Order: sequence, then C-alpha cells, then structure tokens
Amino acid sequence: MSTPIRYSFGADEHLFAEVSDSMSLDAFFKGLAVTRAVERLALDGVLDICLANASFQIRFDPDRIAPHTLLEAVKTAEAGAVAERTLQTRIIEIPVLYNDPWTHETLMRFRDRHQDPSATDLEYAARINGLADVDAFIAAHSGAPWFVSMVGFVAGLPFMFQMVERERQLQVPKYLRPRTDTPKLTLGHGGCFGCIYSVRGAGGYQMFGVTPAPIYDPQQNLAYLKDHMVFFRPGDIVQFKPMDREAYDHAVAEVDAGCFDLRIRPVEFSLDAFLADPVGYPKSLQEVLA
Amino acid sequence: MIKVLKPGLATSVQDLGREGYYHLGIPPSGALDQYALSAANQLVGNPAGLAGLECTLLGPELEFQQDALVAVSGAHMTPRVDGVEMHHDTAFTVKAGQVLRFDFPKAGARAYVAVAGGIDVPVVLNSRSTYALGALGGFQGRRLIAGDELPVGVASGKSRAGASLPMTLRQSLGGEITLRVVPGLYYHRLTESAAKSFFAEPWTVGSEADRIGYRFKGGSALSFQPREQPFGAGSDPSNIVDSCYPIGSIQVPAGLEPIVLHRDAVSGGGYAMIGTVISADLDLIGQMQPNQKARFVAVTLEEALEARRTYKKKLSCLSKLFPS
Repeated sequence: MSTPIRYSFGADEHLFAEVSDSMSLDAFFKGLAVTRAVERLALDGVLDICLANASFQIRFDPDRIAPHTLLEAVKTAEAGAVAERTLQTRIIEIPVLYNDPWTHETLMRFRDRHQDPSATDLEYAARINGLADVDAFIAAHSGAPWFVSMVGFVAGLPFMFQMVERERQLQVPKYLRPRTDTPKLTLGHGGCFGCIYSVRGAGGYQMFGVTPAPIYDPQQNLAYLKDHMVFFRPGDIVQFKPMDREAYDHAVAEVDAGCFDLRIRPVEFSLDAFLADPVGYPKSLQEVLA
Repeated sequence: MIKVLKPGLATSVQDLGREGYYHLGIPPSGALDQYALSAANQLVGNPAGLAGLECTLLGPELEFQQDALVAVSGAHMTPRVDGVEMHHDTAFTVKAGQVLRFDFPKAGARAYVAVAGGIDVPVVLNSRSTYALGALGGFQGRRLIAGDELPVGVASGKSRAGASLPMTLRQSLGGEITLRVVPGLYYHRLTESAAKSFFAEPWTVGSEADRIGYRFKGGSALSFQPREQPFGAGSDPSNIVDSCYPIGSIQVPAGLEPIVLHRDAVSGGGYAMIGTVISADLDLIGQMQPNQKARFVAVTLEEALEARRTYKKKLSCLSKLFPS
C-alpha cells in the first residue's frame, strides 16, 4: 500500500481512481482490495463498482450520495484495506485455433491500418517480441496462464495479463487505426494485455486466433453460462490450449448442439508465491487442470 | 401490437436504462435524451420510465393494430397519422389500422415515441432498453426492422388526447450547443496549449456519432505531454493502461478527434480521458446532428451539481403536471 491512489471525478456521476499508471499484479490486487472494501460498505447511491487493470471507477447517483461523502468513504476504505495476497479463484482452459482463417481474412482486409502491412499480426508480434517464428510465439502465448484483470470494453470481454516475468511479457502496439470489424471470439493483444472479443465488432488489438467457446450469451444456452450471461470475472485464471481445425469444428458443433463445456477447476492464487517463483509457480497452477 | 412497416434509420426500444452491470462491460443504455422520453411518456399517462421508441434522424413507419394514445417529444420530426399533421409534445390518438409517419427533423436528432401502456418487450437485467452491440434487451436485442410487431402494455387511462407540454417545459434544440465539462481524469496529461485550445475552439459533430459516442472534429489536434510511457500503457502518448470510461467522458485517440462516450459506451479502454460532460448536458448530445457546432466549457464539480439540480427540478415539474 505504498503510493496513495489518485482520485478524480468523472463529472457528477463517476469517481475515478488510478492505483498506478503502470500495470502490475500488485496494482491490480490493491484495486481489488479497495473495491471489495467499498462493496462491503453497501453505500446508498453507489450504482456500480468497476474494477480495471490498475484502476477502478465508481458510478454513483449524486442525488443519493454527495460526491465528497463518497470520496471520503472510499479513502477511508483505502486506508483500512489490507491487500489480500491470496485469492480463491478458478482456472479455466480455453481452447484456441491459432492462425485461423477468419481472423486471417479480417487482418488482410485491414492491412492498410497496420504497422507492418507485409506480415500477418502473428508474424509481426513474433518478430517484435524477439521470437524465432509464429510457432515460438504461440508456444509463449499458450505456455503460461493469464490473469483476468478487467472485464469490459464490450459486454463480458476479459483483459488478461500473462503470469511471466516482466521481461517475458508479450507486448504489441494496437493497430494504427482501429478496425471496424473483428470476428467474434477473436484472441486479441494490445500493449501487454491479451483479450477475447466476446462479440463481433470494432477493435484495435492484434489478432492471433479464435476460440470456439462462447463467453457472453444473453440466451445463456451453455451450462457454464447458466449462472450469468457474462462468464468472466476479474481474478479468473485462463490457460490457453492450442487446438487444430478438426477439434475446432467439433467444438463448434457441440456449441451449436448446446452440449459444449469448459474445463474449470477451483484454485488458490498466491501473489507472493508467484512473485517468488514466476517460472515454477504458474506450472503448479497448470497442473490443477490436468 | 404495432407493426413496423419501415424501420427508419436507427429506431430502437429504450426506457431510462439499466444500472449495475457496467463493471461487466454492459453499459446503461436507455434513451440518449432522457428528458424527452420522460416527457412523451407522461403525456400519455405512463410513468416516466416505460419503454418507448427512440427514432434517429429518419423516423419509422408504424401501423397500429389497436387504438392507442401516442405522444412524440424530442427532435422536431412532425408526426403524421395517415398523413394528417399532429402536434409535437402533445398526446394524440391513433386508431387501429392507421399509420404513423414522421417528417425529416427540423431540429434535433432523436424523436421519442411513447404509447400509453409502453412498449411491452421483456425486461432483461432490470430494463427494456436495447444494447445492440451486446444483442441484449429491447426487441430481440437489436434495432427495429420491417415486419417487427411490437407488443403494447396496458394503458393507465390517466391521460387523454390533447394533453400538451407547457412552453416552459419544452426543449429548445439546434444552433450552437454548449457542453459543460468537468476537467479531470487524465486532463493533466495534455500540454498547456492543448488544454487551452480544447475549450477555446469551436467543434463540429463528425459523421461517426451514435449511441456509443459522438466524435467531434474541426478543432486543433491536442498534444499530450511527452513522457516515457508506463509499462502496459501502449506506445502512443494518448495511451494509458486500459481503465474504465465514465459515461460522458472525453477521449482523444492519438490527440486527433475528441470522442464523447454516451449511454451505449464501451466501458473501458486505453485512451486518456481529459474530462467528462456533466450529467445535465448528456441529453443535449443525443439531439445533435452531424455538422452541428459545439463548444466545450469547463465547469467545477459544484457547478455540475447545481446544473443537475436545475435539470431535476424540470423533471419533477413534468411529473407534477402529469401525475401517474
């Protein structure tokens, strides 16, 4: 709890809070602790508490709670909040068809908006991250689990931060100009964050593949979406598993038939154990899925 | 039932929106002009928050399959029943078999059609509002298309044809719009000259203006203070580590064209926001047409709250005039 949070009002209905201007799991855990403490206060007039990667935002009704009353309550919660260093959560295996035909068609269509029009997004990402080729990039991308540090942009889209040392974090810029189209369930990447586009639409992240697994569905057709139409929550852990076209087609048929399911296991995440052993600890998480 | 003969440019079912799901990326949605929907509803004897139709720039053609009391508020798009002109901001009757059409807007961008009893689509996450990007709520999660048949709820019977808004409660639309902004969030990242020019220069609404956000053009590019970008933020000086976006917040991707997010906002992203349009002025944005002029004026949080009190007072006058 070193640097104090920077607060700023988003006019009369939002309190914005920047925990840190750079991304780290420490910043995420601090934001998680403070937002949970504010949730426990159950303040009248608080409409929504939105946790982001290294910041959070509270949407409120100023007719019911004065902005400065809210600010004082949140600051008090900040002072009293002890960042939990462990998290009871779940690990989810997400199958991925990397280098698929649909994102390939889309990225070719928007080549004029890309930094490197002569390469694909995967080739470009491999090169600027110092990896030998696309296969090496996919191995790195699916080699360590990812931490869901924010849900948003559009309904149910997870932002994910990979559990590796900072120097091994995959980093890519966003497209020079955003695309007007992205296939649904595309695996994207921008800055140090991975994402899964929950719906088809505009987007600026580099595109690496698609998953057959729906993660947002207002109809709630699949078993793992029965509790809520939005699958992901901040704190979830994701392990990507490469699949081939045949397995992908089979999974899509299962989705259409309503019998597709995901491998989900409960797990405890320890921030200190990860920071002490960023190579070995994630492997122990992966073993939970075995 | 009301049958959609022609959908118009972008017509959707909206009430006053849903709260409590923005942390999952599901925005409030609801009428962009909340006052206009509230007024139209109350003219036909509905509570202010029943679902009506939001009709953008080019109105729909609607065939009524039952008698109904109807009112149109918001953008000045003259309603016509079988060709006969009806008054704006006034309740009128449509008989079964008659067709309601609209003229082109003389001012404003969004007309709100309220029907006594409300548009009775299912409630999803506590609201009947359409969130089209997420295929959620409203009529089948989307804008209306030809052939849709809209169910109508049970009318309260508390109003009658001819009920009309007094002039003091009508909106004035068009002309140069002043949008009041509380500077903040990442405002400190702007250079001094950019912070000055943003508020000093006139802007015009660009063609990319919809329920998600309004893009403005015509002002000088806005420069951000140079810095070594923090880890995870991305390389452009306008980038931040992806964070939440307030409704009404103003972002300036690459420093070029400011975008004001509205009620179907993307809930977060990696562009620095330089301030937020106050809640009392959000209705005005929904009534702006492409190429309309706007100026941004900096106000304090206290001034934003005072403006909100004035706005709420007008809303409460409405509900006193038409108790439901």
